[in-house]
Amino acid sequence: MLDPTYSGYVKDGVYILATILFIYALHEMSNPATARKGVLWAGAGMFLAVLVTAIFSGASPDAFVPGINISQGQLEENLGLMAIAIAIGGGLAYLWAIRVKMTDMPQMVAIYNGMGGGAAAGIAALALIARTDTVGYLGLAVVGGLIGSVSFAGSLIAFLKLQGWMRQKPITFPGQQAINIIVLLAAIVFGAVTLLNDSGHVGAIGTSVAIPFVGINTALLLFFVLGLGYGFMMAIPIGGADMPVVISLFNAFTGMAVALDGFATSNYAMIVAGMLVGSAGSLLTLLMAKAMNRSISNVLFSAFGATEETGVEMKGSMKPIEAADVAALLAYAGKVIIAPGYGMAVAQAQHKVKEMMDVLEKKDVVVKFAIHPVAGRMPGHMNVLLAEAGVPYDHLYDRDEINQEFASADVAMVIGANDVVNPAARRQGSPLFGMPILDVDAAKNVIVLKRGQGKGFAGVENDLFYKDNTRMLYGDAQETVAKLVQELKKL
Amino acid sequence: MTAIDPISAGFIAVLAAFTGYEVIARVPSLLHTPLMSGSNFIHGVVLVGAMVALAFATNPAEQVLGFVAVVLGAANVTGGYAVTDRILEMFDRSKKGPGAKKED
Repeated sequence: MLDPTYSGYVKDGVYILATILFIYALHEMSNPATARKGVLWAGAGMFLAVLVTAIFSGASPDAFVPGINISQGQLEENLGLMAIAIAIGGGLAYLWAIRVKMTDMPQMVAIYNGMGGGAAAGIAALALIARTDTVGYLGLAVVGGLIGSVSFAGSLIAFLKLQGWMRQKPITFPGQQAINIIVLLAAIVFGAVTLLNDSGHVGAIGTSVAIPFVGINTALLLFFVLGLGYGFMMAIPIGGADMPVVISLFNAFTGMAVALDGFATSNYAMIVAGMLVGSAGSLLTLLMAKAMNRSISNVLFSAFGATEETGVEMKGSMKPIEAADVAALLAYAGKVIIAPGYGMAVAQAQHKVKEMMDVLEKKDVVVKFAIHPVAGRMPGHMNVLLAEAGVPYDHLYDRDEINQEFASADVAMVIGANDVVNPAARRQGSPLFGMPILDVDAAKNVIVLKRGQGKGFAGVENDLFYKDNTRMLYGDAQETVAKLVQELKKL
Repeated sequence: MTAIDPISAGFIAVLAAFTGYEVIARVPSLLHTPLMSGSNFIHGVVLVGAMVALAFATNPAEQVLGFVAVVLGAANVTGGYAVTDRILEMFDRSKKGPGAKKED
C-alpha cells in the first residue's frame, strides 16, 4: 500500500492537470482553426484522469476515501469488474460512433450525453445507499441524481426521435403540464423523504422520520423512477426540429449532475469539469434558442409543430422546372445564393454542390452560401457538411450577413431547406411567426430543390413554394445537383 | 467518506462556472455543434466518479450499480470523443487535397 497522503497529492495533481487541459480544450474548440486540436487536449486530460483513478483506486484506496475498510479480495474483484465495464461500455460506444453516418451525429451526441447522465444518477444512487456522507452532501446527491435521471431519460427520447424510431411530432395530451409538474414534485418529495429518514446511518438529520407505507429503499427506488419518468415526460412533447436545443439543455444538465456528484463524492475533477460543462452548455443552449428567436420555455412547453394553422389558403400553385432550364438560369446569372438545409445532408449532396460551385465560378458567377443558424438538425450542421466537401469558409455567410443581399441575387437556390426559408414566419398567426428566416423570396428567381411536396419539420405549409418567382426542381438533391453540373458543363 | 470543505469547493465551482461561460461566450455559430459535442465529452469525467464508486463497492447490489455506472460513463467518454473528433475532422483542411473525399 502506498502512503495515502502522498498518493492523494499525486491523484489530485493529475486531476488539476486534467482540468487545465479541459479548459484549454474548450478554448481551442471555440475557434475553427484550432478546434480539431482542442478535442485532442481534452482527450489527453481524460486519459490521464482515468488512468490515475484506475491505478490509485487499486494501489491506495485511502487516497480516495480515508480510513476505508475494504478487503483486498473485494477490491481486486471490483477492479476486474471495472476493467470489464470499461471495455464493454467504451468499446461498443466507440465502434458505434465511428460507424454511423455523419447525418446521424446529432442523435449520437444525445445518446452519449444520456449515458453520462445515467452514470451520474448511478453514482448518486450509490452515495444515497451507502449514506456515509453528512446530510448536506447527501442532499446534493439527491439533486444530482434527479438531474442525471432526467437527462438520461430525456436524452434517450431525443435520440429515439431523431433516429426515427419514435414519432418526431410532439406527443401531447390534455393536462400534460399538470401531470409533468406532479411527477416532478413527487420525485422531489421522495428525494427529501430519503434524507429525513435515519435508518441507523450517519447520513440523516438525526430525527427519525418514519417513511409511511414504504421503506427507505423503496423510497429511493421511487425517487429514481419518478426522475426518469419526468425526463421522459419532459421530452415527448418536443418536436424533432427543436431537439438540438433540448439536447444542448440536457448536456448542461448532465454537467450539473456531474458537478453535484463531485461534491457528494469529494471529487474536484468532477466539480470543475461538471460546472464548466454546466455553464458552457447553458450558454450554448441560450445561443441556440436565440438563433431561432425562441425562448427556452417556449421550446420546452409550447409543443411546437403539434398544431397547424387553419384557414390559410395558398394562392397560386407549385410550378415545376427541368434541370436544363435551371442550368441555363444559373450559367447566365451574376450572383447565385445557395441556401442549404437538412435535405442536402440527407442526400449527401454537399460534394456535388461544391462541384456545381466550382463550375459556376469558372463561368464568373458569384456563388455565396446563406447559412441559417438552425438549418439542418443542429446549429453549424451545414457549415460542417460544406466544409467537409471543401467549400471555403469565406463563401459561407450568416443569416444577418447575407439577408439584404438576396434582393441583388439573380438566383436563390434552396437545397432541401424548408422552414428556415418560409415567409409564413412573417405572418402573424402562423406557428412559425417570429422566427428569423432567410429572405430568399427577395431574389429575382427562386429555385427550390425538393424531394417531394411534403412539409418541413414544423409541419407548416411553405408560402415560398407558391410564389410567382419560385420554381420547384423535384428529386433527390444529390442526383439533381449532379444533373445540374452535367447540364452546366454542356453550356 | 470524508467530505471536502464545502466553502472552498463552492468557490471552485463558481469560478469553474464563470470560466465555462467566458470561454464559450464569443464562439461563432458554426462551432455550436462541435462545442456541444466536445462539452458532452468533457462531462464524461463522470467515468472517474463511477470507477471510484465501483472500486469500493462492498456488496453485490453496489457492484451491479457501480458496474452499470462505469459502462455508461465509459460510453460517454469514448463515444463522445469519437463523435467530436469526426465532426471536427471536417474542419481540418490540411489533411485532404481538393475533392479527395469521395467515398459515396
